[in-house]
Amino acid sequence: MEEQMKQSEETILEVKDLSVFFSVHKKWLAAVDSVSFSVAPGEITGIVGESGSGKSVMSQSILRLRDHDTVVKYNGEILFEREDLLKKSLSGMQKIRGNQISIIFQDPLNSLSPVHTIGEQLSEILMLHKKMGKQQAGKRAVQMLELTGIPGAEACMKKYPFELSGGMQQRVMIAMALACEPKLLIADEPTTALDVTIQEQILYLIQELNEKLGMSVLFITHDMGVVSQICHSVKVMYLGQIVEEAKTDRLFAEPLHPYTKGLLASIPHLGVEKGKKLPTIPGTVPPLSKVPEGCHFCTRCSEATKQCRSEQPPSVEVQPGHFVKCWKYAEKQGQKGGA
Amino acid sequence: MEECLLEVKGLKKTYPLHGSGGRFFGKKEQMYAVDGITFEIKKGETYGLVGESGCGKSTTGRAIVGLDKPDAGSIFYQGKDLCKLSEKEFRPLRKELQMVFQNTLSALNPRQRIGSILEEILIVHGEKNASARKERALKVLQQVGLSEEHYFRYPHELSGGQVQRLGIAGALLIEPKLIVCDEPVSALDVSIQAQILNMLVEIQKTSGISLLFISHDIGVIRFISDRIGVMYLGTLVEEADAESLFENPLHPYTKALLASAPDPYIVRGKRNILRGEQPVRTGEMKGCAFCGRCPYAEEICKEKTPEMRGVQKGHRVACHLVGEK
Repeated sequence: MEEQMKQSEETILEVKDLSVFFSVHKKWLAAVDSVSFSVAPGEITGIVGESGSGKSVMSQSILRLRDHDTVVKYNGEILFEREDLLKKSLSGMQKIRGNQISIIFQDPLNSLSPVHTIGEQLSEILMLHKKMGKQQAGKRAVQMLELTGIPGAEACMKKYPFELSGGMQQRVMIAMALACEPKLLIADEPTTALDVTIQEQILYLIQELNEKLGMSVLFITHDMGVVSQICHSVKVMYLGQIVEEAKTDRLFAEPLHPYTKGLLASIPHLGVEKGKKLPTIPGTVPPLSKVPEGCHFCTRCSEATKQCRSEQPPSVEVQPGHFVKCWKYAEKQGQKGGA
Repeated sequence: MEECLLEVKGLKKTYPLHGSGGRFFGKKEQMYAVDGITFEIKKGETYGLVGESGCGKSTTGRAIVGLDKPDAGSIFYQGKDLCKLSEKEFRPLRKELQMVFQNTLSALNPRQRIGSILEEILIVHGEKNASARKERALKVLQQVGLSEEHYFRYPHELSGGQVQRLGIAGALLIEPKLIVCDEPVSALDVSIQAQILNMLVEIQKTSGISLLFISHDIGVIRFISDRIGVMYLGTLVEEADAESLFENPLHPYTKALLASAPDPYIVRGKRNILRGEQPVRTGEMKGCAFCGRCPYAEEICKEKTPEMRGVQKGHRVACHLVGEK
């Protein structure tokens, strides 16, 4: 108990029972459905899921990026250093975005201004958040570019984003995101658009900066392979819910939820026996308007029972730090508790 | 099985590079997309082409089905050089060489029902009997795991995986000999990707069609291919049977590519990260395509372009240093 208290004190981000609703055809649909988790300082937390699982919406909700242009409703709390971000005003959020929490996206070119040089864009953040002068900001910007391993940082300052390759653009994005030394970096599929050899360079960079600067990283991806490379702990999302979470080694060694098992088995990884059929998960992710009543995965689960179809399973801690949201394990726990 | 279906010899393709050198008029710089690659596809096999973006794997596929005209080299199919055929002579062969793309949806008319999309292909290729067309379309829909009800649907009503199935149905419809699959599963989630891969293997087993499977994903390529060619910067750097390529990769680039593919079941010690990026080639090449990034590069690599040479049975590699030590 004491240890738990200590842990909650140490978390940098705590999401409590967060739901995010979008208005579609006059109905509120939950893209994120009662998600709770926390991120410890200095930890790389992975969030994996297929498209439509709500992983990106969830991460963007932390910075409330959708507030400006979409009809959106939140429930629950997002505690960043014990302050609820959902209660903040939009101008209050602006002081946090890029300053204390930064985000990088899959497509860096869409996030960079095409008509300003890299140097202008990088120094702007520093001048805005850290109130630096132009020269000081410029110097710091060069340092940041060097930190992310861009060759010829001085020359790069004068370049426009389109002059750089995809990998270099992503490095610039990381430099911008880290310029104000944020406590939390949200990386939303940062390497998905890159080639494998470049992906490895960027992953290594994020890992190195995480160790050097001690910032926490929330790493969102669809790729189980990438997760296994850099994350300390993993949360698996399906249709707006976290269905399983554990330390990375443990999740890959002993996946419990039928969805996690299915997802891992369907990867044609290098150990798969050739000539054999790949195991698949039947069907597709249902649209948000047709989310099943019981367990969200019940329509595709081969082990689904009547209970799964009618009632939502609770999230149970099977082993310390390993949570599963599935009736199979909930019952076992209940029996143990009874005896 | 061992019979050769298609032979690519010294294929070259360049594209004009826009806005190069600040010259508005005059000669544009050329970008070398594919520079002299040679390989063959056997009857009933799956040949995998793997490489990073910009290595020329798609250009090779497009040249084979006649979507792009190569600058030099030849593609032999049934004793004819496809590169020398006129449009009219090529047309009957088009039927036998089909292609599946990554984004099939963009190739479908949004206002046409799926049945009519499929039947149109048959009309173009000379099937005059309407009921035979429908029968054939329904049969192929079933073969790719779609059902009769999809016949009356519109493309936007399908999910991503179903659209990809439809793309494969379109290719299968006219009983081709070779299907070029250009990243057919790259846009799909893994659980759906596995479904499509299983289906492709199944179709290939039952019908004996040859596949040229183009992908950047090492795991996918390994799963589906019988033989694999690794491309870098417009050249083929290594070619081998799937097993021997993965058990015994010889070219430094293949080694790096295999090592950098994130795999949840391989625990890696200290990383040996490949530095730099694949450049854009604008001129005749001197030396090895990979020498700029190769950790083992020596003087000879910068001087002389390595030739493809056989190292073991069916295992070819283009590297000066392999087998010297």
